[in-house]
Amino acid sequence: MRRLSLGWTFLRVGALNELQYRVNFFLSLVQSVVAVGTALVVLGLVFSHTDSLGGWSSDELLVIMGVYVLMGGVIRSLVQPNMQQLMQDVQEGTLDYVLTKPEDAQLLVSVRRFGLWQAVDIVVGLLLVAVALVRLDDPVSVLAVLAFVVALLLGALDIYCFWLILTTSAFVVVRVDFLIELFDGMYQAGRWPVTIYPGWLRIGFTFLVPLAFAVTVPASALTGRLSGWLLLGAVAFTLGLVALTRWVWRQGLRRYAGASA
Amino acid sequence: MTAVREPRRRLRGLPGLYAVLMRTAVQVQLQYRTANYAYMLGMIAEPVIYLVVWSSVARSQGGAVEGITVGEFAAYYIVWTLVRNMNIVFTPYGWEQRIRQGELSGMLVRPVHPIHYDLAYFAGWKFVVILLWLPIAAGLALIFRPTFDVSVLEAGVFLIAIWGAYLIRSMLLWVLGMVTFWTTRVSALYDMYFTAELLLSGRLLPLALLPAWAVTVADVLPFKYTFGYPIEVIAGDLSTRELFVGLGMQALWVGLGALLVAVVWRVGVRRYSAVGN
Repeated sequence: MRRLSLGWTFLRVGALNELQYRVNFFLSLVQSVVAVGTALVVLGLVFSHTDSLGGWSSDELLVIMGVYVLMGGVIRSLVQPNMQQLMQDVQEGTLDYVLTKPEDAQLLVSVRRFGLWQAVDIVVGLLLVAVALVRLDDPVSVLAVLAFVVALLLGALDIYCFWLILTTSAFVVVRVDFLIELFDGMYQAGRWPVTIYPGWLRIGFTFLVPLAFAVTVPASALTGRLSGWLLLGAVAFTLGLVALTRWVWRQGLRRYAGASA
Repeated sequence: MTAVREPRRRLRGLPGLYAVLMRTAVQVQLQYRTANYAYMLGMIAEPVIYLVVWSSVARSQGGAVEGITVGEFAAYYIVWTLVRNMNIVFTPYGWEQRIRQGELSGMLVRPVHPIHYDLAYFAGWKFVVILLWLPIAAGLALIFRPTFDVSVLEAGVFLIAIWGAYLIRSMLLWVLGMVTFWTTRVSALYDMYFTAELLLSGRLLPLALLPAWAVTVADVLPFKYTFGYPIEVIAGDLSTRELFVGLGMQALWVGLGALLVAVVWRVGVRRYSAVGN
């Protein structure tokens, strides 16, 4: 409980900080609109040459795109700012200030930053999902919505774990800013259902970079593709990944030498 | 009197400057080969995604879309990776720093136009990039099985066209970057420019897949000559006439770009007041 209220406090401080720069809201909005507009054009172009892609219709793919945008917003507002800060702290040795605080270090490095305006994408993504569902005109059960929310939370947790494992490599190789580019590049693949990728790539996008769990699985919940077993599998995978992340984080922390301070 | 040995003859003037700057770039960038490689590997994701999407569309349509087969898509997006790398030039976002931190001041006192420094430096870098690209291309070719049918003429035109693409994009992005002389709120403008480029250059998809009106628009814009045209020289089947018309259009855009750079620079630099140093 104390940890939750700590996270909440950080979130509030982060939001207050960002509220000082209100013009950034419009910049974020413009960026989001341009990105979504482009993605819609691409979707239109693809579906001007075919009726279905890997078994998904254009409106169903719109659900995927919505979840992709939403999850992108989660990453850019909650995950990436923290990881970037962590990279910088490891490189400059300022992680000392975190380690000396009387709270779990993994928790602290994960909640310090919050990009309020980047969260615009979360709203835009939800809107896209809503529009897609209206166009599909297929009644969605309460159970499906519940499964969607659970899958979404699991997916966000998977992405966070993946990012933290990547960032932990900073304890060994120090300069890891290129990881951001690398991750952004790979995340793009989540725009499309992982089922269209050839075997080895699909396995990679499921278990190495957990795009399948972050985007495809939640979207499956809303389009009647998700079985209870798959959701259970996602839960098991996430639990395993969380444990692995904890272990990797501990190992990494042991190698931290506190460069400067 | 002792005879002073004549020093090794060096290139003078602008060619000499280019030679030195390009050599420097090669040496600097070879030091950062790991970072360069990580960056290049990260960039592969984009074309691989496009390739997978269009390949599955092609398969669902019986093997080809608008006459482009799965193997030809593979060829297109593998050549894409080289052309994309040739396309990387000084970013317009870099201008804010150049102006805000007064970096331009140093360039202004030099006796040649500052664009030469960027052109030469990035051109030198390209040699490192091409070297690093070869194994990537080999790997992608093994995985995706492209179909190539390249004549000697096409290979020759391609070698010129990738440098044409480099020059055009360098100059256009320079002009775009110089907007920063007037305002620093440029990100929305840049977003729109890059979106137009993405859709109308052949970066996202072969231009043949666009609706007819968009193809016409793409023909009169410069974007196509920095992406789609050089790729199709080698991965498509352009007629001899189309090959040379393309080179002619590239020459035209290089000329126009140079003119724009010259004019906008002359007007813009008057607004520059060195902040900082």
